[in-house]
Amino acid sequence: MELLANLGDGFAIALSWQNIGLALLGCFLGTIMGALPGLGPSNGVAILIPLAFTMGLGATPSLILLTSVYYGAMYGGRISSILLNIPGDEPAMMTCLDGHPMAKKGLAGEALSLSGIASFVGAFLATWGLILLAPQLVKIALLFGPAEYFALFALAFMTLGGVSSTNQAKSAFAAALGLGLATIGVDTQTGVPRFTFGEVHLYDGLDFLVAIVGLFALSEVFIFLETRHGGSDAAGRKLTIGKLYPPVSMIRQTTPTMLRTSFLGFIAGVLPGAGASLGSFISYSMEKKLVDKEGTFGTGDPRGVAAPEAGNNAAAGGALVPMLALGVPGSGTTAVLLAVLLALNITPGPLLFSQNPDVVWGLIAALFIANFMLLAMNIPMVGLFTRVLMIPSRILMPIVAMVSFVGIYGISGSTFDLLVMIGFGVMGWALRKLDVPLVPVILGTLLGNAMENNLRRAVTIDNGNWWTLADSPLSIALWTVAIIGFVLPVIVGARLKARMHQRRDEKGAVSD
Amino acid sequence: MSDRIFGVFGMILAAGYVFAALAIEESFLSDAVGPKAFPLIIAAILGLSGAVIALRPDPEPHWPALGRLAELAAAVVVLILYAEMLPVAGFVIATAFAAAYLAWRLGSGPLETVAVGAGTSIGIYVTFHLILGLSLAKGPFGF
Repeated sequence: MELLANLGDGFAIALSWQNIGLALLGCFLGTIMGALPGLGPSNGVAILIPLAFTMGLGATPSLILLTSVYYGAMYGGRISSILLNIPGDEPAMMTCLDGHPMAKKGLAGEALSLSGIASFVGAFLATWGLILLAPQLVKIALLFGPAEYFALFALAFMTLGGVSSTNQAKSAFAAALGLGLATIGVDTQTGVPRFTFGEVHLYDGLDFLVAIVGLFALSEVFIFLETRHGGSDAAGRKLTIGKLYPPVSMIRQTTPTMLRTSFLGFIAGVLPGAGASLGSFISYSMEKKLVDKEGTFGTGDPRGVAAPEAGNNAAAGGALVPMLALGVPGSGTTAVLLAVLLALNITPGPLLFSQNPDVVWGLIAALFIANFMLLAMNIPMVGLFTRVLMIPSRILMPIVAMVSFVGIYGISGSTFDLLVMIGFGVMGWALRKLDVPLVPVILGTLLGNAMENNLRRAVTIDNGNWWTLADSPLSIALWTVAIIGFVLPVIVGARLKARMHQRRDEKGAVSD
Repeated sequence: MSDRIFGVFGMILAAGYVFAALAIEESFLSDAVGPKAFPLIIAAILGLSGAVIALRPDPEPHWPALGRLAELAAAVVVLILYAEMLPVAGFVIATAFAAAYLAWRLGSGPLETVAVGAGTSIGIYVTFHLILGLSLAKGPFGF
């Protein structure tokens, strides 16, 4: 019952005019960002963070705006998957398989509205999952000391590689690179400058927002410039939608699928290292094994549309659980959301639930509200968003680049930060070409300081004994999971990942 | 080949990082671990993974032709110039040029180039500065 009281408080916070307005704006922008190929949830949220700051929004309103963008992008990705057979963002790639054939059969409107409903079911159930699971995880997290936290961070990095790249060495490289970047600046414990090479601007360390916007948004602009992909993918195609409501029989037929895949997607989202992309992938694969008796999957089966959409939206909600309860995000976009919290001086984790319950419950209530808004936007108003697909990238990309610059300049007003951002953009482009995942780099720059502080605290408490890192049952368990999570994909995961990455569009290379 | 070069680069980076880490001046007041230990652990991982990448390279990525690389380099130069010129020329003028350049290089025609440049710059100025009150770079003309 305490839960319902908390939720009630949350709704009281979320139902202010400002917050409703922000949720509406976030849902709208998120759906557009998800729909446009080349702008995914992580770059979308990344571009908006600096703006949320400079607008002087508080913690809860900023989070409401940005998570609405996140949920919105999960809805929006399906639009171009279905109409153009091009995933709008990475998690939507599985929706192409049955969504586009449905559209070819003249059932585009049915596919869009059905996937909208599936998205709603997935996100709605996952938000309930978040409410029920996060407080339990917090109880466990309260038992964590510095050594356990260090092990947990290691676990996050080691398991992240399992899905985000086909090559474990490259994800380890990416994580080390990110952690290394985080060590730049004045050492928080002893006050000596490290790796600053006498540059005063570096004493504060690199601003992770600068790194995120550069790596995600600016590198995307470079990819477009490189391929000179200036047109719109929808150019010259007729986007007919037709009827906007699916027949009741279709909903009835797909309901069990939606419920099963919501559950599966949520679990996939909670697991460290997995994100919405994996959620939609395993949802589709499992549904195909389970119900595809006549071999209709891949030819426009409505269940093949509902499964990945429910799965990826549920995974998006699931991914918020470890981010909020432990402070360890499992996917690219939740890493970016963590950056928001850190930049607002809020430490996620168990203390967040006891010290800032208004933030947590306000956010959760806002997620419910956003979900209903998104359902309304994505079924009756879906025609509006299909028009967005006609915007050619030669107009869109300059805007993206300039808004990124404005955001970063707005935070610090320093040219130095802009130059660092360009540097990160070039680095992001090169890393993407080399198939090095960017998410561990971001996670490294975000968590590096916390990870090092926990390490030093743990060892110092035990008078310099390094074995203290693995002497409680909890930390041994965490290390075991971490090592299994790192080694297992090398042995069995290669096949699964190869299959998943086969479908990966080059433009959607920022994994979520 | 790319991965071999990349791996070797990673190892050199790790070596440089170790070198810089060892050069950190320790303060007389230090904890049991000190400021060097964590960077050294990171360097070890960086070096090891670099070595693995070099020894077991992935298939060659698709690199753009030389002309496209020059295109990218030019864009980087333009963006650096933009960052440097921002406080000098003011937001509206600098942004109009940078956005127009990007639009042109992505294949816009002359009219569209001008429209994107002016539209982006004025649009952002109105939305973010006039409506939302974000402070943007002020040039000699105050905008």
